[in-house]
Amino acid sequence: MKLLTMATAAIVAASPVMADLVFPSLSYRTGPFASGGIPFADGYADYFTLLNERDGGIGGVEARLIECETGYNTEKGVECYEATKGEGALVYQPLSTGITYQLIPRASADGIPIHSMGYGRTSAADGTTFPWVFNYPGTYWDAASIMVNHALDEEGGSLDGKKITLLFHNSAYGKEPIRTLEALSKKHGFDLNLLPVDSPGQEQKSQWLQVRRDKPDYIFFWGWGVMNQVAIQEAANIRYPMEKFIGVWWSGAEPDVIPAGDGADGYKSTNFTGTGTDFPLFADIQEYVVDAGLAAGDGQSLGQVQYNRGLFAAMLAAEAVKVAQELHGVTEIDAAMMRDGMEALSITEADYSSLGLPGFAPEINITCENHSGPGMAFVQQWDAASQQWKPVTDYMTSDRETIQPLIKADAAAFATENGITPSCS
Amino acid sequence: MFYRESGDFSTTYPQDSQTFPIRFDRYRYYAVLAVAFLVIPFIINDYWANAVFVPFLIYAIAAIGLNILTGYCGQVSLGTGAFMAVGAYSCYKLMTAFPEISIVIHVILSGGITAAVVTLFGLPSLRIKGFYLAVATLAAQFFLVWLFNKVGWFYNYSASGQISAPERSVFGIIVTGPNTEAWAKYMICLIFVTLCALIARNLTRGSVGRRWMAIRDMDIAAEIIGVNPMGAKLTAFMVSGFFVGIAGALFFSVYLGAAEVGESFGIDKSFLVLFMIIIGGLGSIFGSFAGAAFMVLLPVFLKNVFVGGLGWPTDLAAHLQFIVSGGLIIMFLIMEPHGLAQLWRLAKEKLRLWPFPH
Repeated sequence: MKLLTMATAAIVAASPVMADLVFPSLSYRTGPFASGGIPFADGYADYFTLLNERDGGIGGVEARLIECETGYNTEKGVECYEATKGEGALVYQPLSTGITYQLIPRASADGIPIHSMGYGRTSAADGTTFPWVFNYPGTYWDAASIMVNHALDEEGGSLDGKKITLLFHNSAYGKEPIRTLEALSKKHGFDLNLLPVDSPGQEQKSQWLQVRRDKPDYIFFWGWGVMNQVAIQEAANIRYPMEKFIGVWWSGAEPDVIPAGDGADGYKSTNFTGTGTDFPLFADIQEYVVDAGLAAGDGQSLGQVQYNRGLFAAMLAAEAVKVAQELHGVTEIDAAMMRDGMEALSITEADYSSLGLPGFAPEINITCENHSGPGMAFVQQWDAASQQWKPVTDYMTSDRETIQPLIKADAAAFATENGITPSCS
Repeated sequence: MFYRESGDFSTTYPQDSQTFPIRFDRYRYYAVLAVAFLVIPFIINDYWANAVFVPFLIYAIAAIGLNILTGYCGQVSLGTGAFMAVGAYSCYKLMTAFPEISIVIHVILSGGITAAVVTLFGLPSLRIKGFYLAVATLAAQFFLVWLFNKVGWFYNYSASGQISAPERSVFGIIVTGPNTEAWAKYMICLIFVTLCALIARNLTRGSVGRRWMAIRDMDIAAEIIGVNPMGAKLTAFMVSGFFVGIAGALFFSVYLGAAEVGESFGIDKSFLVLFMIIIGGLGSIFGSFAGAAFMVLLPVFLKNVFVGGLGWPTDLAAHLQFIVSGGLIIMFLIMEPHGLAQLWRLAKEKLRLWPFPH
């Protein structure tokens, strides 16, 4: 106990209070989900390093990243949150739906915004009930709808009588799209079959046996970490047509498909960020971060799907800081100002170009009523020969007409459960 | 010098049979209680409550529960995680179905429900022993987790399958939900721990505990001297289930606030609690506390030293933490198979003789 006190004292001594912008990175570089966690955390860290090195921070104030290992475990995530929130944390991006669910009530009570970018609780899109939670640029329900839309396009506009299997991580993360897919199956007349895989998902033999028996027309896939590699390998083993196997945006990165070799060729996934390093910003990252020896990783994952997404998450946070600094006229903002900045965030194509990322992601315009942004994504396909993700569609919109009532209903249920009066402050 | 029986005379039977017959022990116990109740609540902050004290206290209850079953009665259980889930889900259902009734009653009722479920899964213990019983409880672990995932009624059909604790208060003080003060969280756990430990300690000192230990040491011999194996085993399962259920209910409602059965109450939890009692000491209440402290504090401590103190990368620290805690567990098992409680017992023996060991 005494040692523990000393250790805590050491931490307090080691981190002198300075004027900076604190971004906790609840990352996971260990455990079964590290294959997605490492490049994301590297991208997140590298962008802030770039801002500090190239621009001297954001609006002249240095960004400070506090990394805390969660191992995708909710209890460790809570410990990380408690350990970092006192440092003046501006925004939490836990990259875990389970941890997001833990943090939503806590962070709302503490007044710290959460940005669960394309994950977390879908109904947090309703900013009147969840003022502190943001999930732009899209939600799981958007992803599910975009996958259905893509299948519709492939099938010539009708999914009537088709069989679609949802293969999902048996957790809050994987269960999120079920509600939307059920609504869409009624609307479009396809049969929805649910196949849960228990975490971490290394054992999927029985599920793929089921797939062989059912012969679904499409498999929608909600996997993460090691589960992705196993599923894609299993699909290749049973020679399931890969172009009918569509993953959510967390199930379509290089580490997921490379282990299956040529078998993964043609596998599809949704995505909301550009891939590759053909953006002017990467030259700066190479110059100021990688070549200067300041990269969080070994520089190998630059341009990969999850790296770019981590970069995008950091960029959105940095842009929100700029908005907040403008709104409040101070450079050293706090968490409440950060929230205001996030709620007033607007990024146009011109902004993307000036940031060195032309066409990198859809335009974003956040309001109090809409915390989930445009809900747009494109479908990409893996080309095993060139080891690249190739976009096969443009940015598509989701069926928000179907989704919006579901979001309203779920948010209203949360509001009554927790005694919240929805409003725009 | 200070720690000895001499000069400490008992003049009545209750005095002679009290929990801590040695005066120094007794004062130390009062001092610990005083610090826990009168000092810590005033200095505790969110981090210490959520990362250290609350998990430690809740795991201590679970460890006491498992220790009664495994340490005192000799029935190995690998279902602790799922039994905690029974407590958590009962508590959730009760909290949402009867919001006007006090959370304290809900937690105790959840303990009761878990006791019933655990007793049910304890029935095979009358026919099977040792490893085979461990496998039967392992089946309970997987069955219950599957059940709570599969049947929507248990999580009130929420979209994500998560259960989340609504805000509840005791005497006007909020104890669950995000607005809970650190000290309130700590105090409610502390009160439950103290009561559970008192009950467990006195049960294990009395005739019930002696029956359990007789069964543990040799069930045939115990039967011959008149111990009813069915009664002894089933009471052990029942009492153990009660404590584990309380631990699960507190774990969900006070500590986590939101839980998901596979993630929070998986097989890892079962092993974690089992490690706690093995490291702490089988058949010892103090051992349950020591083991819980070891398993909860060590990772937090190592993380703070490696990342906070030495500034190492987080992944390196996380891997080293596995190596160090794994190594320490093996070292403990080799050097002191009876756990931390035995080390403590040896220290007390030495103290008793000190400074004249011969």
